[in-house]
Amino acid sequence: MSLHLQNIAHTVGGIPYISDVDLALEPGSFNVLLGRTLAGKTTLMRLMAGLEPPTKGRILMDGKDVTGVSVRNRNVSMVYQQFINYPSLTVYDNIASPLKLAKHAPREIDKRVGEIAEMLHIEHLLDRYPQELSGGQQQRTAMGRALVKDADVILFDEPLVNLDYKLREELRDELRDLFKVRNCIAVYATTEPNEALALGGNTAILHEGKLLQYGPTDQIYREPNGIQSAEMFSEPPINIIPGRLTENDITFDNETHFACDNALRRLPPGDYRFGVRASHLSLTPRAPDDLELSVTVDVAEISGSETFLHVRHPHFPLVLHLSGIHELKVDEPIKIYFPTHKLFVFDEQGSTVHTPVLQTEGVAHV
Amino acid sequence: MSEIVLKSLAHTYSANPQSAEDYAIRHMEHVWHQGGAYALLGPSGCGKSTLLNIISGLLAPTEGDVMFDGHRVNELPPEERNIAQVFQFPVIYDTMTVYDNLAFPLRNMNTPEYRVKPKVLEVADILDLTPLLSRKAKNLTADEKQKVSMGRGLVRDDVTAILFDEPLTVIDPQLKWKLRRKLKEIHERFNITMIYVTHDQLEASTFADKIAVMYEGQVVQFGTPRELFETPAHTFVGYFIGSPGMNFFALNYAQGTAYFGEQPLPLSDRYLRTLGRIESNNVKLGIRPEFIEVCTSAESDTLAVQKENLQDLGTYAILTFSLNQQTFKARLPEDHPPLGETVYIRFPDDKLSLYVDEYRVEVDHE
Repeated sequence: MSLHLQNIAHTVGGIPYISDVDLALEPGSFNVLLGRTLAGKTTLMRLMAGLEPPTKGRILMDGKDVTGVSVRNRNVSMVYQQFINYPSLTVYDNIASPLKLAKHAPREIDKRVGEIAEMLHIEHLLDRYPQELSGGQQQRTAMGRALVKDADVILFDEPLVNLDYKLREELRDELRDLFKVRNCIAVYATTEPNEALALGGNTAILHEGKLLQYGPTDQIYREPNGIQSAEMFSEPPINIIPGRLTENDITFDNETHFACDNALRRLPPGDYRFGVRASHLSLTPRAPDDLELSVTVDVAEISGSETFLHVRHPHFPLVLHLSGIHELKVDEPIKIYFPTHKLFVFDEQGSTVHTPVLQTEGVAHV
Repeated sequence: MSEIVLKSLAHTYSANPQSAEDYAIRHMEHVWHQGGAYALLGPSGCGKSTLLNIISGLLAPTEGDVMFDGHRVNELPPEERNIAQVFQFPVIYDTMTVYDNLAFPLRNMNTPEYRVKPKVLEVADILDLTPLLSRKAKNLTADEKQKVSMGRGLVRDDVTAILFDEPLTVIDPQLKWKLRRKLKEIHERFNITMIYVTHDQLEASTFADKIAVMYEGQVVQFGTPRELFETPAHTFVGYFIGSPGMNFFALNYAQGTAYFGEQPLPLSDRYLRTLGRIESNNVKLGIRPEFIEVCTSAESDTLAVQKENLQDLGTYAILTFSLNQQTFKARLPEDHPPLGETVYIRFPDDKLSLYVDEYRVEVDHE
């Protein structure tokens, strides 16, 4: 089963929610819809499901026009942010409900519910009612109901957003494995770049109702087609610094000049915006051509195992994403190292004109 | 000024508690010092909401005392405790302007207008709400509304502690950065005890100087983000902090050699000496994914293991491998060398932690 959204536009009360989206999803593909809140993710999923028809454009399933076909006549399942289950039904009956509706034989139902429950690690909870379950178990039940029938398209609308992050880690890994063995199209909406990376597959970046870029997740991450894609697909956000490229050097502030990478010499001299990933900046030099910058600490934000360091250079702010815990004081002067060979370059329109080539080094010590 | 002390505190929702499992809070001693930035971190169901409600006065503890600056406040209702609370969802008056929302707690205490105004303007300035003062609250974005909620806690001079209950839940990830920074600024500017309750390690470590990690009704570690990362005091902290969490594996000691299953482990003398003295059967080693060294060829003290999966997460990669039929995770830098099916790993001696009956024990020094 393939799903093709052809030049879709959707307007609600005169306000455009989706404009000009053309997206072809391949059979068996896992697709992440990445975008901030109000980017149009839910609207797009509702259109895919057939919960409402688009204002403009066509939707094709396996080449067949289903634009006007309602959700009841499309073979789709949906999992929502909220844990939606039938409160008066046991976990077993919740999961079995789509099969009962489709009038499958009891033995067949029993077998499929058992399989799905085992996959989702809720086989010991089948006799319980939803209100007797934790949030994670409730969402597993809702997922079980979506997965138990052989839907052609399964839509997940930020399904893990209301769960503890440890549970999210676990469920995310399970979901990825689950879909390896299924042949339906999965679409998974999230606001979090790191979730998209963890899920893999393909990613479509949505911004203000428009599709910015679609392709294999790692490729979209490494080769954003413009400044907006690069910004949407990075947390902490990619650092963007305006600067000037001359014949053979780059300057951000007309004071410090540094030699540019050979690959950048083919670009016409002029003003550009340079992007550097927060994870490519460091507190110790990592390559001979790293540029040393004197900066002042704004704030060190610490996650359990990583540090996001906000610093100020006289001409621009920067964010560093460091492994491990680095406790640095506000307003402390420090030196950081800027990788001159890992620059993204965007032209004045915001389109990508250069992406860095990732070189693997000889040592893997962390 | 407010120092909050919890003395021999315990709480149960059961009328007739039989065992430790019946307690939501299990016998706890804890001190929150005046002016500290603290977090209360734990998964849902660990008792952190119960503890928060006991501190704020919404709940009277079954046993023990809550002391504010040496005074027992068990029976004082929330409004007499001079504590402000900021909830998950902004609590503001939609029909009032931002100014009137901020002024409300002061006017409610019959503060004269000439004293209301400077305080409202000061707080609005800190929270970057000045341009919005005349706007109706209902027209604000989620992050602006949440800032107004915080502002309502900050205007009152008599507030000595602010309790935050997952205040960034409704905020877009890209904006969370700014609000986290803002919270730190506020803490530095006001000499107020702040306790931030969350299940999210990033929220907790970013905000707090010291974190109380709660697990099954007890604080299992009260430490800095670095301590939680480098020396987790309990296996739960190792698992819960860090993404992915710590790897743990059971250890047997026999005739001067330490074994993981059938696998002898190359451990230094100081570990072996310590192990020789331990009587418990529940002995584990823990190592963070960040600290496992991964080599492409055999070196001294490396173990050959089978690669199971290599997941590209953009800024880094997670290698999953199996050793003695158990799955381990190791974190690799983005530019790691290509790995074959067999990889060679090393557990550096100084990065291991030893756990006896789930609690960390110090290993002998050389």
